[in-house]
Amino acid sequence: MTEELHQVTLSVNGVAHEVTVPARRLLSDALRHDLGLTGTHVGCEHGVCGACTVLLDGRPTRACLMFAVTAQGAAITTVEGLAEPDGSLGPVQQAFAECHGLQCGFCTPGFLTTITAGLRDNPTPTHEEAREMVSGNLCRCTGYQNIVKAVERAAELGRTAKDAS
Amino acid sequence: MTTKLMGQKVQRTEDQRFLRGQGRYADDVAVSPDTLHCAVLRSPHAHARIVDIDVSGVLDVDGVHAVWTHDDLEGAMAEPLPLLIPHPALTEGRTQYALAKDEVNYVGEAIAFVVAADRYLAEDAVSRIEVTYDFLPPVVGIDAARAATNLVHPDVPGNVAARMEQSTGDVDAAMRKAPHTLALDLTVERSACTPLEGRGTVARWDPDTNRLQVWTSTQTSTGVRAVVAAKLGLDLGQVDVVTPDVGGGFGVKINHPWPEELLVPLAAMTLGRTVKFTEDRREHFISSAHERGQVQHIEVGFDDDGRLLALDVQFWHDHGAYIPYGLIVPIITSTQLLGPYKPRAYRVVFESLYTNTVMVTPYRGAGRPQGCYAMERTMDAIAEFLGRDRTEVRAANFIQPDEFPYDQGLIFQDGRELEYDSGDYPAMLEKAKALIGWDEFPAFRDEMAAEGRRVGIGLACYVEGTGVGPYEGAHVHIETSGKVKVATGLTTQGQGHQTVFAQLVADTLGCRFEDVEVVTGDTRRMPYAVGTFASRAAVMSGSAIHLAALRAREKVLRIAADALEAAEDDLEINDGVVSVKGAPLDGGAAIDLGTVAVLSNPLRYAFDEKSRIATQFSVGDPGKPPVADDDEPGLEGKDFYSPERATFASGMHAVIVETDPDTAEITILKYAVVHDCGRLINPMIVEGQIHGGVAQGIGGALYERMAYDESGQLLNASFMDFLMPYVTEMPDGIDIDHLETPSPLNPLGIKGAGEAGVIPSAAVFASAISDAEGFPITAMPISPSELFALRRSLVEPVETEDPS
Repeated sequence: MTEELHQVTLSVNGVAHEVTVPARRLLSDALRHDLGLTGTHVGCEHGVCGACTVLLDGRPTRACLMFAVTAQGAAITTVEGLAEPDGSLGPVQQAFAECHGLQCGFCTPGFLTTITAGLRDNPTPTHEEAREMVSGNLCRCTGYQNIVKAVERAAELGRTAKDAS
Repeated sequence: MTTKLMGQKVQRTEDQRFLRGQGRYADDVAVSPDTLHCAVLRSPHAHARIVDIDVSGVLDVDGVHAVWTHDDLEGAMAEPLPLLIPHPALTEGRTQYALAKDEVNYVGEAIAFVVAADRYLAEDAVSRIEVTYDFLPPVVGIDAARAATNLVHPDVPGNVAARMEQSTGDVDAAMRKAPHTLALDLTVERSACTPLEGRGTVARWDPDTNRLQVWTSTQTSTGVRAVVAAKLGLDLGQVDVVTPDVGGGFGVKINHPWPEELLVPLAAMTLGRTVKFTEDRREHFISSAHERGQVQHIEVGFDDDGRLLALDVQFWHDHGAYIPYGLIVPIITSTQLLGPYKPRAYRVVFESLYTNTVMVTPYRGAGRPQGCYAMERTMDAIAEFLGRDRTEVRAANFIQPDEFPYDQGLIFQDGRELEYDSGDYPAMLEKAKALIGWDEFPAFRDEMAAEGRRVGIGLACYVEGTGVGPYEGAHVHIETSGKVKVATGLTTQGQGHQTVFAQLVADTLGCRFEDVEVVTGDTRRMPYAVGTFASRAAVMSGSAIHLAALRAREKVLRIAADALEAAEDDLEINDGVVSVKGAPLDGGAAIDLGTVAVLSNPLRYAFDEKSRIATQFSVGDPGKPPVADDDEPGLEGKDFYSPERATFASGMHAVIVETDPDTAEITILKYAVVHDCGRLINPMIVEGQIHGGVAQGIGGALYERMAYDESGQLLNASFMDFLMPYVTEMPDGIDIDHLETPSPLNPLGIKGAGEAGVIPSAAVFASAISDAEGFPITAMPISPSELFALRRSLVEPVETEDPS
């Protein structure tokens, strides 16, 4: 018994990767194990925890609930693609560092991608909106207090960057 | 002058890699098409004899490299897994096999192990294994275990693994003489650590060097190393265990070895390939450990002021199908129950019971949440009986600041006296009352009542033995580059050890914080270590690192004094440069740590710029050997810290809740924490630990439980059904105040902080909900539907239903 394989082009962080995978291979596994982009983490494999969240054409998407073959043609952004072109931390990453928004770091990539999309759609969230923005991701370490602060700080950093440009 | 970093909110150095997706967790190691992956066949039944296992359909699955059952294991691997912490009271200790032999005792127990080209194929293969079972009646829950109509292990009478009693004073006599007595029956359900990363192990056998390299998501790398060597018949020196980044532990990863921690290395050796196991979420629920489940009966005698004259506690502890971690959890419950109080006479008896469910090992708090719940529910009951304010009754029982060290007269979990080293509970209570607004609450309650809203306030106090021995060690190595490489053997799971330990080294040594690099949990760098549990990392490794840095500093000063022709006492070290106090730095009376490192090692080769520069200095006596009899080459410091006993942190939490009069929904309006962990190394990290602990406590008090049915199936083994708090379940803000009573037991005056946030949660919510509702809460966690049912049964009996 040999599985049928499919050739797929995954466009991740602006780079096209050819992979040959069975139809059932999850996008999360393809990113991690076939492309070696292990920043995307898998916490539950049933779409609840949000650790594996990537941006698919800009939309936050659970990579564990999607097959790699269905990501053909989409532009995927993972945590590895969130830093600035000069290598410095992006505003959401920087805000997490400043606000102690992470401890073990396992859930963090999913928060970073989710907030990146959230602030793009709503650059000036109210406090309630900041909480709402992270309400679909699980964290077992931080109690979320500093993650919410990081959302607000990231919004601030984003505004400063915009004013400067 | 270098600024001291102790006590500063220093940003974490480890964040840089985590934020870039460059952390390296177990499943991130050895990402290669050549790596083989494992899957485990786990028992679908809670209690059964294994009649037959048929693996004949498996090996012809493409990509399958091995399939093993117990029959395939040999020697020590075929023996039961170790009982890690024996105790004289643990008379009936039973542990599981790496792969089940003849019987299974919980849903999730490992039966067969498959190694294949990838996890998908390994799971395909597992699904082809056919097992024939002979069903046995399962024992689920503490009531069934106590009734002992059925036995988990046929040779363990009454399902009792251990019965243990401790006492101080004559409880029976004191109870008879007490002016008032009360009895309480309480229960706490099971929960679990539930780190976002489950367990994971990777192993690689190197035939060229005859060595085994293991990466495992553990809280003790040295423990895993020792057991892997013992079970696989290797010399300790052939096994290296490296703890990669760990995605949360909270206790569950201190137990070892998990079956896969032995089977993966064995497969790597047998197959000559790198082998990886990564636990999935369902596996974590049904095959990693749980905690918390207890039934408690408390009798208390007290005077008119609520002073405890006699406290008589019995409890029954559900430890699941096996007991590899011994009696640590119930011993902690039985001793830490006393909290900040001093009963005149105390007796505690517990039984640790087998059930056909996942085994129990410490989960953050490790038995303290249950003990705190028992004690604090009792305090509330006394206050209610006497019509006194709940804080007054507590204050009447506090150990006073001038009574330290205070010996509770019991033996703690580390086998040492339960002797509190320092604290100030009356001052802490004042802070807690101020922070929550205790005295203002009656007015707030009236105000809310006027709006038809129902609120309650609760408070709970605890004392936590932290930083238990036996020891931790540290090694500080100053390289010729001036970089300072630090190793300690215990492991890290997100507590920011790289940062806080670097703070300590920078302060002690006088080097730049940026030049310090800390490695934890790598047996190649520090082979002697115990592990990360019992809020001990900062106390134990922090102290050891401080001492090792002092040793390194002594050597730096000795060599620098020689090189600079100055007295050691006249030297200071700032920003990695040794100089004569008061002398201008450009006057030549200075030498950097890297150059001192070159001088410390009398090599004859000038291999780089640094060693050429060093030739301008002359050290040592030409008439003596280049390395003196009592010296060794290199600029290093190594030391161990081994305390007499634990150091006792303390805290008080208070909460205001609102309960919906119609739906019984429970909402947190305000949460306040006062915490004393001695001197703070990094307040930002301590507060982060408290936030996380409070979140787990809220989960445990209001949402999380292990829903076993009567046949021993765990019905909520997923994140869809096991309700871990999202941000929406957390209060918007946690008010924190610190009290610092330094520990006299260690050089830095620190106490542990990791577990504190979770300890009083069940107690404080039970107190607040009772206060809101006007009837006692005796079973935790409590859901809105349970509160609704309680109202109906206690307050508003439903007339249409037959009460029988």
